Amino acid sequence: MTDTQMTWAAATEARGPASIQRMSTEVAISIEKMNKWYGNFHALRDIDLTVHRGERIVICGPSGSGKSTMIRCINRLEEHQTGRVIVDGTELTTDLKNIDKVRSEVGMVFQHFNLFPHLTVLENCTLAPIWVRKVPRRQAAGAAMRYLEKVKIPEQAAKYPGQLSGGQQQRVAIARALCMEPKIMLFDEPTSALDPEMIKEVLDTMIGLAEEGMTMLVVTHEMGFAQAVADRVIFMDQGQIVEQNSPREFFANPKSERTKLFLSQILGH
Amino acid sequence: MSEIHAETVGYTRNTMLPPQPPPQRQSGAILWLRENLLSGPLNILLTILGIAVVWYLVSGVWPWLANSVWRADGLQECRAIITARAGEGTTGACWAVIRERWWQFTFGFYPRALYWRPVAAFGLLFVAIAPILFADERRIRRVVLGVAAVLTLLAMWAVNAPDGWLVAVAAVMVGGLVLSERRPSALLAFSGFYPVLAYWLLWGGSLWQPLMVLAGFFVGWGIYRLVGRGAPILRMVAAVLAVVAWWLWLGPLVAQTLAAALPLAIAAVTSDTFGGFLLSITIGVTAISMSLPLGIILALARRSDLPLVKMLAVTFIEFIRGVPLIALLFVASLLLNYFLPPGTSFDIILRVIIMVTLFAAAYMAEVIRGGLAALPRGQYEAADALGLDYWKAQRLIILPQALKVSIPGIVGTFIGIFKDTTLVTFVGLYDPLKSTADSVRASIAWKGTYWEPYIFTGAIFFILCFAMSRYSMYLETRLKRGDSH
Repeated sequence: MTDTQMTWAAATEARGPASIQRMSTEVAISIEKMNKWYGNFHALRDIDLTVHRGERIVICGPSGSGKSTMIRCINRLEEHQTGRVIVDGTELTTDLKNIDKVRSEVGMVFQHFNLFPHLTVLENCTLAPIWVRKVPRRQAAGAAMRYLEKVKIPEQAAKYPGQLSGGQQQRVAIARALCMEPKIMLFDEPTSALDPEMIKEVLDTMIGLAEEGMTMLVVTHEMGFAQAVADRVIFMDQGQIVEQNSPREFFANPKSERTKLFLSQILGH
Repeated sequence: MSEIHAETVGYTRNTMLPPQPPPQRQSGAILWLRENLLSGPLNILLTILGIAVVWYLVSGVWPWLANSVWRADGLQECRAIITARAGEGTTGACWAVIRERWWQFTFGFYPRALYWRPVAAFGLLFVAIAPILFADERRIRRVVLGVAAVLTLLAMWAVNAPDGWLVAVAAVMVGGLVLSERRPSALLAFSGFYPVLAYWLLWGGSLWQPLMVLAGFFVGWGIYRLVGRGAPILRMVAAVLAVVAWWLWLGPLVAQTLAAALPLAIAAVTSDTFGGFLLSITIGVTAISMSLPLGIILALARRSDLPLVKMLAVTFIEFIRGVPLIALLFVASLLLNYFLPPGTSFDIILRVIIMVTLFAAAYMAEVIRGGLAALPRGQYEAADALGLDYWKAQRLIILPQALKVSIPGIVGTFIGIFKDTTLVTFVGLYDPLKSTADSVRASIAWKGTYWEPYIFTGAIFFILCFAMSRYSMYLETRLKRGDSH
């Protein structure tokens, strides 16, 4: 067990699973006046966002509103052009060392899982710890099995991703990210590519993670998840943050017309 | 009314049907014939036509093959034997030419007393490639190494190899077999050392010379590590400079000193004696094994974000692909000498190998680029998101998948290159197909033998290329394990 994991586990124990006082005042991510263009298209406009350690944020909005782009700027899968992004005290610039440092601290789960099809489930999970963190092979495998147990699929460890269902693959993807013992987890529409009956197993896994105090940014249309788990809901449109509020306020009385329209469309059917 | 009602009324299944085996497939030879060959008037017609064509071909070729003559001293004698055996006006194959010129087809003008050296090099090739081709198939390795050991030793014995060498090669073969059973990864060290050994066996001279060339790579690696945490480009340049300096000045000096102390020399053989399949396989194996890594680097360079690297790769690939191989071979044989410092004699086979390798690498790069392009973006993103740097992501995630997709194309390029080695006839080397056949026909006794040498050479090429093709299919099946069912 590394230090991070130790404190993590200890903190969870101290607080209890469903604690109220889990958010600290420590800043995990700070985004200031971030802008991004694709060619002439202004994709992200003056984004300001501060995320505290342990905070769970759900980001929603119509497609093309820039929500995925925003969270992908946090681990530099997308490059921002102006403004500052500081993750866990490290500012993202063109410096490759900083980028690698941030990436090893930030886990990401993708819409299409993006598991490595030529490796077994276990190898998917141990690859980054072995090659990036330089963890000995045996130790990495032990940790990976613990995380696979956490996402409830240790029995699939020797299979290849192509042999698993979508929900199982996504849970492996979560375990793979957790194996790097990240301080922050990003979820980019984790349930959008899943069959309805598999959405729940993935959401349950994410709820479990949230209860342990993980800092999470989740792009999703699962409003039930937002209501149950989020500390804050952010609504984005046309590359801007239009509204953010506690889930209770956000759903009960949305302020802007755009939010009202969006909520009526997404909750209407 | 009641019927409609019956169809629209709610229905709940209360017993689930158990799964049942599929109906017995109708089978049998007669059925197969009827379904595949005689299923309709048109098919019957086509079947009859097909049989007629096959009959025509076989009836034409069969007597020629049936009247084959294996022992004769010349074409005239062959014809006399055939006429005596089958009557006036019959034809027959005169394989006696292959029998008599067998050594020439195999080794060219390589000194007869040293035939065992290429044989040993060829046998040891299997020890070198088995751990690469059959990395996690112990049983196949056992069979390959066992058969190679027996055949190599028999062949060496047949060409009168000295006893000491016979024992040495046997020891290496057995050692390879044992390592393959116990620690296959250690066998890869032999694969790395094999080029030096093969060069030494084929060309002879002092072992120190090729050893120093190999040592150059270690020198480069050492310098790369020594420069430490400098800019990657800087370390790279320093390493390359060190390697060049080693090869040009320091290496030969060390080799001379060591050779003076301990010669380790065997009789030298010059390149102009190489010929036949010895030449083809030497050029083919070297070009094939070097073009793959070079092609990978070129493909990655072509997809690089660095404009200069990308431009260089594109220029190289498009130039090489746009020029016929024969033109490159002429450059190798004629022009290259103008650009080299006066007095340097650069071995012709080495020059040809370099050109064939570059040619193959350009095609290889495009094949691999296709594989790289076939990978979904998500794979790159997942590798990035986990914090893998560029080279680790390429090595662990991207290339294993891209190469797997490209296997048919890669092996296709290998086969093409191997067959293209016959083109070296145009720069005066004794390839097995044209130069050797021509020189055989140049003798009075065999003047006029056209079919037999070509069929023989073609058959050998077919066997080798077919083996590569089968290996590619084997590899594809084996790597399919991870795919979704």
